[in-house]
Order: sequence, then structure tokens, then C-alpha cells
Amino acid sequence: MAVIRMAGALVDLDDVSVRFGAQRALDGVDFTVRRGEVVALVGANGSGKTTLLRVLHGVIAHAGERRIAPGLRHAMVYQRPFLLHLSALRNLLIGLWLADRAAARDAQRPSAHGRAERLERARAALARVGLDALASRSARSLSGGEQQRLALARGWATRPKLLLLDEPTSSLDPAARQDVEMLLKGFAADGMTLVFSTHDLAQARWLATRIVHLEAGRIDADLSSADFFRSVAEGGIRAFSPGEPAWSRTR
Amino acid sequence: MSGVAASAATALELIIHADPELVRTVALSFMVSGTACFVGAWLGVPAGAWLAAARFSGRRAVLIALDTLLALPSVVAGLVVYLLLSRSGPLGSWGILFTPTAMVIAQTILVLPVVAALARQVVADGLAEGGEQLHALGAGPVLRAALMLVHARWAVVTLLLVAFGRAVSEVGAVMIVGGNIAGVTRVMTTSIALETSKGDLPLALALGLVLLSLVALLNVVVALVPRSPGLAGATWR
Amino acid sequence: MVPHPLIHFARRAVLVLLAGAALAAAPARAQDRFIVMASTTSTEQSGLFPHLLPAFKKATGIEVRVVAVGTGQALDIGRRGDADVLFVHDKAAEERFVTEGWGLPRRDVMYNDFVLIGPKNDPAGVHGKDIVAALTKLAASPSTFLSRGDKSGTHAAELRYWQLAGIDGPVGKVAHYEECGCGMGPALNIAASSGAYLLSDRGTWLNFKNHADLAILVEGDKRLFNQYGVIVVNPAKHPHVKRELAQRFADWVTSDDGQATIAAYKINGQQLFFPDATR
Repeated sequence: MAVIRMAGALVDLDDVSVRFGAQRALDGVDFTVRRGEVVALVGANGSGKTTLLRVLHGVIAHAGERRIAPGLRHAMVYQRPFLLHLSALRNLLIGLWLADRAAARDAQRPSAHGRAERLERARAALARVGLDALASRSARSLSGGEQQRLALARGWATRPKLLLLDEPTSSLDPAARQDVEMLLKGFAADGMTLVFSTHDLAQARWLATRIVHLEAGRIDADLSSADFFRSVAEGGIRAFSPGEPAWSRTR
Repeated sequence: MSGVAASAATALELIIHADPELVRTVALSFMVSGTACFVGAWLGVPAGAWLAAARFSGRRAVLIALDTLLALPSVVAGLVVYLLLSRSGPLGSWGILFTPTAMVIAQTILVLPVVAALARQVVADGLAEGGEQLHALGAGPVLRAALMLVHARWAVVTLLLVAFGRAVSEVGAVMIVGGNIAGVTRVMTTSIALETSKGDLPLALALGLVLLSLVALLNVVVALVPRSPGLAGATWR
Repeated sequence: MVPHPLIHFARRAVLVLLAGAALAAAPARAQDRFIVMASTTSTEQSGLFPHLLPAFKKATGIEVRVVAVGTGQALDIGRRGDADVLFVHDKAAEERFVTEGWGLPRRDVMYNDFVLIGPKNDPAGVHGKDIVAALTKLAASPSTFLSRGDKSGTHAAELRYWQLAGIDGPVGKVAHYEECGCGMGPALNIAASSGAYLLSDRGTWLNFKNHADLAILVEGDKRLFNQYGVIVVNPAKHPHVKRELAQRFADWVTSDDGQATIAAYKINGQQLFFPDATR
């Protein structure tokens, strides 16, 4: 894993390709995430958004080079978060414990955090997403929105510099969606770098500083949010493949 | 089917009177099979979990062998253990043939493949659902498997009940390695076999009903343990 | 340490395991004065042991653990050294066992008799006192004859009677001859439900609870007497054999005391076994 020398860059992908059998999910992608950005990945289903996130997080094999800032703490929230059949609090505790172990292993020193500290951080994370009242409830018995917020808490609890999210609101009702969007806005305001995928362009517009459009495994637009939406309005970019719902929701 | 009704009445009488010999026989059945499941669980569950998480060349062959052992006839397991423990066999000096210990060993061999194969399936199903995310959270293969076991703990309980059923209901292995010695190695299934061969079919059937009702009692106890909502729909229903 | 439920469970489980191991070990230590005796299913099913063995224990304090299998298997157990003493009823096989060096010299203990069992209405017309004549008639009749076919003492005796009737190995030579490869009880079960003829020892028959339409058709022929012998497994071949304790059993069962106990065993007022140990 090579080290980044570019200032302010957190993760840098250089000519990265990913193949699943005969299918090419990512095809020669060059992509850099810089500190403080909020990046929205947009594109049709199957365009490679999820795969790109997984490569950024470093959990799948790929061709090409991935460079990451030394000691960077990053976390990922999946589209359908996997929660254990345990209480919400315990899910967080396990997440924290795993992260501590991984960090200690990478830095080749024993874990710096004890059980009491993890408990504190877990409770703080639950409070941050407004789930402290549900700490001892079974995680699987929570509603969809509550589970998503719990997954967010699990990602946020380790205080990552970079948080990756795969369609964080696609399965939520409008109220739950708003809750999550508010939380993400708050994380960004706290200085966290976010990269998230979405089908909701209004959401992208509201949250993101930079929009990246993917099609068939390639990046065909990578612009600041302002530039992107100006281009779309002028008809220069076809934001979606035919058949995709229009991004007409207003705020 | 008035014969069954008569046997059911006999079974009830036997349970109420709690004849000491019957109690001893039942206790031995549960102790031998329970111990075999206990040992089988501690060996088989980690083995199955590891098989689900690990990748190594020849893994396919191991899985096929494991699934084949699911059909190991109990009498064959008994025969193998008998030949090992016989005084003329390699482990004869242990002197444990025709004792409950030998019966536990034979039943452990029967129960191990069941436990390992089912545990492997439970963990594999869990990993299919959440393996990558646990990996993303920082868990290595051993921890992923262990967390899946905690996650699917009630499926593990169910599979242990399956293993117990296999053990407590078998007669071939315990008959050969135990010798069905009255008061020493006679268990419920060998008693039933004995009464049948003596022609006392109603008593044999009654003993069978006694055994079944006690296993039912065990299952009632397990079912009464509170589990969190959402777990009720786990794996086996 | 995170998986709290696991640690808790593991601790309790270890305690249970230790307790269980202690329980399992205890009975083994408590019963040191015992011998393992290989005998036959027909002897066990005659009900003799619950009558005979407690008397032996009272006289000597030695417990006898009986493994009841077919005669062939009992002799095999003896050859392997998995028993200390044998108590079976196939004189020819027993003498071979001793000659081959597996056992100390055998001693007669008692005899009981075989009976020919068949359907009450006796379609083959074999009723009488002559077993050889009966088998000859059966060979010619369409009625089924069921053999245990399991190398037991009873099976060996049955084959000897066929030989006396001029048929050396009835399999394939006698029509409607069937083998079940099973013990006396299961064979009687099969015969009871299918109306077949078969050879049984009197003890198992008297104790059998499912007589259905069967009855004794041939008895009293001297050739039907079934001799039992006791053999101590040879310690020269298997040094771990409890020679002294096993010898005490052989001595007791052939003594006046043991022989009287044998004679006293009755089913429905009928004596089953006739002691014939010689001094």
C-alpha cells in the first residue's frame, strides 16, 4: 500500500479496474478523494458506484493502484447494513472493538483503548444519531431508519477522517431520509470527508461539494457541485440513462 | 391402534411410578448422549465455523467427506470403536470397552459430522449475508466466524438439539461398544431393542414413548428460554 | 473483551464438563470386583441371570457383567480377550476354542432343551417326539421353516439335526427355508406373524410374550438337549483377564450351591435348566 504524497489527498486511485467474472464493474478509473470534500457518486444501477466505494475502502481486489494517506481512519456504511442479533449498543461496541484491533495491528502496537473508553464512545455515538433511548433494544428489531442511523453511528464512532456510504437513504421513508441527511450534513460540518452514492440528485445537490457521474464502470463527469448542476441545466450532461426517474424533487 | 393407546397408558404409569431401574436407564441415556453432544459441540462447532470461513486447497474434498459422514451408520461407528477399544485392538490397554465411556466415544463420533456440517452451513449463510461488512469493520476470518456463531446462536442451539436427537435415538453403536449390560451400559434404546427381541412389544413401545416424552420435555425447556424479537425467524423455521 | 455472552457460557460449560467427568468416573471406581461374562441372548432371555447372578454376588461379593450376544460373537469376544469368562452352549465350538488355546478347560454346567415350535394346527403334521422325523416331513412340506442363521448355539444345533435327517446344509436344498440372521426373540416374532416352524430353546419360548398361534410341536427327543459349558478365558493369551475372579465363578456355578440355584429357577412352575456339572 503506497503512501500518498499529494497534499490534502486521502485516497488516490490510479487506473483501477475491477472484474467480477466476465463483467467489468470498474474500468480504468482515476479518482482522488481530498480532505474536507463531500463527494456524491451518481449514476444508474450497475454503473459501478458501490464497487468504487468498496475499492476506496480497500475490501476488494482490483487492478491498478490504490494509495492511501498514512494512518487514515476510514469507515464504510453499506446500503443494507449488517447488524448482529445483539443490542444496538453491543453492535457499536463490537464495531469499536474490531476497529481498535485493526488499528493496533496496523500500527504494530497494542490497543490504546480500554473497555470503559469504548463504552463511552459507543454511548456518545448513539447520542449523536439520536438512538440513546434504544441502546438496549435488539438491533434487528429497529425500524429501517433506526437501523440506518445505527449503522451511521457504528461508522462515526471510530471518528474516521473519511466516511464512505452506499446509498444511505434509498430504502428509507421521507422522514427517516431527512434525519440521515441532517446527520450527514452535521458530520461534514464537523470536518469529516464524505463519499456517498445516491440516486437522489436533490440530495446530492444539498449535501455534496463535488459530483462524480459514473457510467458502465467509467467516470464520465467529475465536477464541483455548482459546475455539475449548471451543466445539467444547460443540457450538457445527460445525468441519467433513459428511464431513470427525473431529479425533480425540490427543497 | 389400540395397541398404541395401551402402550401410552403403560408409558404414563412407568413415568409416574419412577421405577428405579427405569430412572437409572433414562439417566444413563441422557448422560451418555448429553456428554457426546457436549464434546461434539466443542469440537464440531469451531471446526464447522472454520470450514465456512477458511479457504484452502482440498476444501471441497473435505466438505464432501464431511457430508458423507452424515450418513455413517451407527452400527458401523460402533464397530470401529469396538475394534479400537477391544483388548486385542490398539487401545485395548485403556480397558474401557463395555463401559459408558466407550459409548460416549462412539456417539461423539456419530455426532461430530452432524454438528460440524450444520455449523458450517449456519456460519456460511451468515457470512454470505454479512461477511464482507464484518471484514470492512476490521474482522479477520476467525473473528468473522466467531461473530457469526454469536449472531446465529439460536440456530446453533437447534443444531445441538438435532445432534442430541441423533445420539439419544441410536442403538447400533451403544449396543456394540456397551454390550447392553444390565445396570451398567443399558440405555433406553438398547432396552427397547431387548424388550422387542423378547417379544414384549407393548413394553418396548411404552419405553419408546417414555423416551420421546422426556426429549419433548427438554425441547419445551429450550423453547421457553427468552430470545430477542427478530431471532425467532432465524435459519431453521 | 467484547463477546461477553461467549465468555460467560464458556466458564459455565467448563464447570459442567468437569462435573460430568467426575460423575462418569465415579461409578467405575466404585465397582472394582467384577468380571465380564460373554453369554448368549437365549440364556439372557430365559431370565436365568437375574436369578443366578445375585446369588453368586451374595456368596462371593463379585459382580458379573453379562454381555449377551450370539454364540459366535461370544466366542469372538473371548478370543479378543474382551471378556473374562464365557458361558455358552455349543460344545463343539467350545472345545475348539479350548484346543486353540483361547480358554482353560471347559466344564459342563447344565442343560436345557430345544423344542420345535410351529402353528397350532400343524399343517405339516410333525407333532411327536422325533426331531429328525419332523424335519424330514418339513423338508417335503410347503410350510416355511425359519432358521436363526446367526451362527448361534441354537443355529448350530439346528444344522446338526438337519444333517441327521440327511440334509447337509439346508440352504438351497430345502424349499421354503428362510434365514433371518437374528436372535431367538426376533425369530419367534417373525414366526408368530407368518406361521412358520422353527427351533427354539425352551427358556426363551416360555419367557416369550407373543405366542400368537404358535405351540410346541416336538419335544423330549434326547437329541434336543442343549448342553451349557463355562470357560475361563486363557490368561496366557490375555494377561489382563481377571483369572481368580473368573475361576471363582466357574467353581461356584459347578458347585452344589450353584447347581442348586440353577435347578431352583422355574418359569410357571416349570424347571428350565438341569444341572449336570461333574466333579
